[in-house]
Amino acid sequence: MSRPVLSVRNITKSFGGIKAVQGVSFDVAPGEVLGLIGPNGSGKSTLFNCVLGQYRPDSGEVLVNGRKVGGQRACDLNKMGVGRTFQQLSVFPGMSVLDNILLAGQEHKGSMLSRLFGPRDAGLTGEAEKMIEFFRLGHLRDTLAGALSYGQQKLVDAAMAFMAGPTLVLLDEPAGGVNLTMLGALKDRLIAYNRDHGTSFVVIEHNMEFVMSLCTRIIVLAEGRIIAEGAPEEVRSNQMVIDAYLGG
Amino acid sequence: MARFRYPALVLLGLAALILAPRGEGNYIIFIFTSWLTYSIAAMGLNLTLGYSGQISLAQASFMGIGAYITALLTLAGLPWIVGMLAAVAATFVVGLALGFPALRVKGHFLAFVTLAFNTLFFLVARNEDWLTGGNYGLSGMPRPNLIFASTMKNLPFYYFTLGVFVVAAALMWWIVHSPWGRAFKGLRENPVRAESLGVDTTRLTLLAFAIGSAYGGLAGALVSPLVQYIDPGSFALGISLKILLMVVVGGAGYFYGPMLGAAIVILLPEVLRFTEGYYLMIYATAVIVLMVFSPRGLMGLGERLWHRLTRPARQVRADMAGGAQL
Amino acid sequence: MAQFLQVLLSGLSTGSIYALAAIGFTLVWQAAQTVNFAQGEFVMLPAFFVLIGVHWLGMPLWLALIFGLILSMIVLGLLFKVLIVEPMLPNGGLPLIIATMALSILLKEGTKQFYGAEAQPYPGLFPQATMTLGGAVISVQDVMNLLVSLAIVVGLTLFLNRTRTGRCMQATAQSPAVAEILGVNTRRMVLYAFLINAALAALASFLISPIYLAKFSNGENLGLIAFIAAIIGGFNQIRGAIAGGLLIGVLDNLTATYITAEYRAAIPLILLIAVILWKPEGLLGTSEGRNV
Repeated sequence: MSRPVLSVRNITKSFGGIKAVQGVSFDVAPGEVLGLIGPNGSGKSTLFNCVLGQYRPDSGEVLVNGRKVGGQRACDLNKMGVGRTFQQLSVFPGMSVLDNILLAGQEHKGSMLSRLFGPRDAGLTGEAEKMIEFFRLGHLRDTLAGALSYGQQKLVDAAMAFMAGPTLVLLDEPAGGVNLTMLGALKDRLIAYNRDHGTSFVVIEHNMEFVMSLCTRIIVLAEGRIIAEGAPEEVRSNQMVIDAYLGG
Repeated sequence: MARFRYPALVLLGLAALILAPRGEGNYIIFIFTSWLTYSIAAMGLNLTLGYSGQISLAQASFMGIGAYITALLTLAGLPWIVGMLAAVAATFVVGLALGFPALRVKGHFLAFVTLAFNTLFFLVARNEDWLTGGNYGLSGMPRPNLIFASTMKNLPFYYFTLGVFVVAAALMWWIVHSPWGRAFKGLRENPVRAESLGVDTTRLTLLAFAIGSAYGGLAGALVSPLVQYIDPGSFALGISLKILLMVVVGGAGYFYGPMLGAAIVILLPEVLRFTEGYYLMIYATAVIVLMVFSPRGLMGLGERLWHRLTRPARQVRADMAGGAQL
Repeated sequence: MAQFLQVLLSGLSTGSIYALAAIGFTLVWQAAQTVNFAQGEFVMLPAFFVLIGVHWLGMPLWLALIFGLILSMIVLGLLFKVLIVEPMLPNGGLPLIIATMALSILLKEGTKQFYGAEAQPYPGLFPQATMTLGGAVISVQDVMNLLVSLAIVVGLTLFLNRTRTGRCMQATAQSPAVAEILGVNTRRMVLYAFLINAALAALASFLISPIYLAKFSNGENLGLIAFIAAIIGGFNQIRGAIAGGLLIGVLDNLTATYITAEYRAAIPLILLIAVILWKPEGLLGTSEGRNV
């Protein structure tokens, strides 16, 4: 097997006296779609933030493409090949869809100074339009992102995460608040992108249906520990998972 | 045809600016010149506030720093261009320094830090008379001598200022339409998302302040020879508020907003002269009403009317919608 | 030592008046996230209401004071909220900041136009006498100002902590959504905050105008001091505003007497920058409720 895209090694993180994450380890292989699920307070978000370098774990380490994560600014982490989406709507509402997508790619083109003197679109219009088409937003190319529907904004958000060609994308509750029709479209596009580009995903999600059909492997967290791990159908029938969710 | 419409309009505007002072008296030419000068300062603040979303109440102090540097250097016999370059460089650096607080605090906290900076500058300019002449200020600054003409008369100085203005505006146009402009807007609209997409928001915030302040410095370098007398009061907090009003009344985040706003703030008193002392009251009331009905200023109002005629309504911009914390 | 005591007491006295304006500022901030750039003018104006009562309407001073207080609460409380803050809330923060700046110009220029640009003598509330205490000459006015302001602050604190309305106001300030669920009429609580702010500004005006005389431009400095006091003390709580006001009053007097008169105005500004950069929650503040 090739080197994992993401390697989480024995992470522990506590707040005050409460241990949010206790000795969690897992790897994400290239092209893999990993779901992180668990009841509220199971440590998903803390783990996510450790991977993003927002929290410094008390012990253990996180490696992205073999490089250690922790202490970097978000922009530098992004330049290491990590894209992400946000739980809340996270587009640039006063800019057109095209400008949203261009901004998501331009910082990876050349140096800051060369961007000032280079072309207005940083030479990315073609690529951005392809991305917009891929997410079926072509007819909205010049619409302000803030004027789109909730689901459409989620699609823009996802498209932005992919624009710089990351090796790993962290999806933070992508299905939250999206209506059923849009949810199908979103899932379809995410699966297609993964198939075409082999980008690895880590998905935090509450919507079981969505996670089970999107992910190739699922890790279940409860009280800061991994209690189950495996293919969606294995996890679905695991008694410990059912107990954890039902508060057993 | 459509692609020629915009350049044609710009050329038309330029022609109007060239022809405007013809046959006008000295006073009117002076007013036009100060409009151009304040437009440059307001353009700078528009980059900081309008495009990048970082409020600053210190633009007058940057004009002041630029004006004093230019005055001192030209009074010492150096050519204006040297004074101007020194003023721009110095205000760029000081602006960069003032950007550091913006990395830590936003909104009204930033407003107060910059406000305090402006007042501190005023105190220093007033109290250090060995350098600044204190309350008496500095006077008798020579106007720049161009190869082909002297600018001692008001009309040549107007054209000189117009030249500087056009260059400054063209540079600003370049910046805001480059990828930098997009990144500045990203900083305004959603800094957290921008950072996660690889935008170095730290560097960008500092640059937004530095470039905006340098435009203030450039305006100051023009004020010095224009008025040929500067004192601390010309760069007090009130003037910063005036420049802020220009940007917001014209339309923050619109390229032509600050020029329109400066025109209104500078020219309106002349138009409303007959109202005597009531002018400021009328003006203040108009601003309040404008803020209620069109928080995006006159450009925003015009755009809205235009879109009502041509297209359906647009969405509120993020800095305006989510700015209750400001 | 005697001089130090004098300087300290007169600092505390003006500081306590600053604190009143700063508390009002804090209350309005908590209730409606409104940064009122016209707060200084809110302190300048009520003195003129009183002068109108005395000189134009022929009222005795006590009645003019009540008249001034009520008129302030209507104009600077109710009308300010209904005509300026409320229509602007959906537009967000920046337009509101600009509008309150414009309001400060409007109030200042209006006063200048209608009452004149000269400083107006203003009737003192307390005798201009002095007394000696341990060798220090102390002005009765200073002592009374301090006592009255402290009494107002204590009264306000009791109101906020001990009465049902006061507690509802605090709940609204902390979490409007939760307060709403608990059945608090949050709109009314916000209105109370504006009314109390206007009343505090009026009281500060009545106390400070005998010292500074009533002048249209008084607000420029007062507003700035009120902001600074509110911020360095801790923007989201009342005791912070009190501490900030007293600190600035004392510091200002000490600097002017012992260090430099030229840069006395710089001291609060430097303090402000330092606090915002190193302890933005304020000297007594807690980090919650701060929006960075």
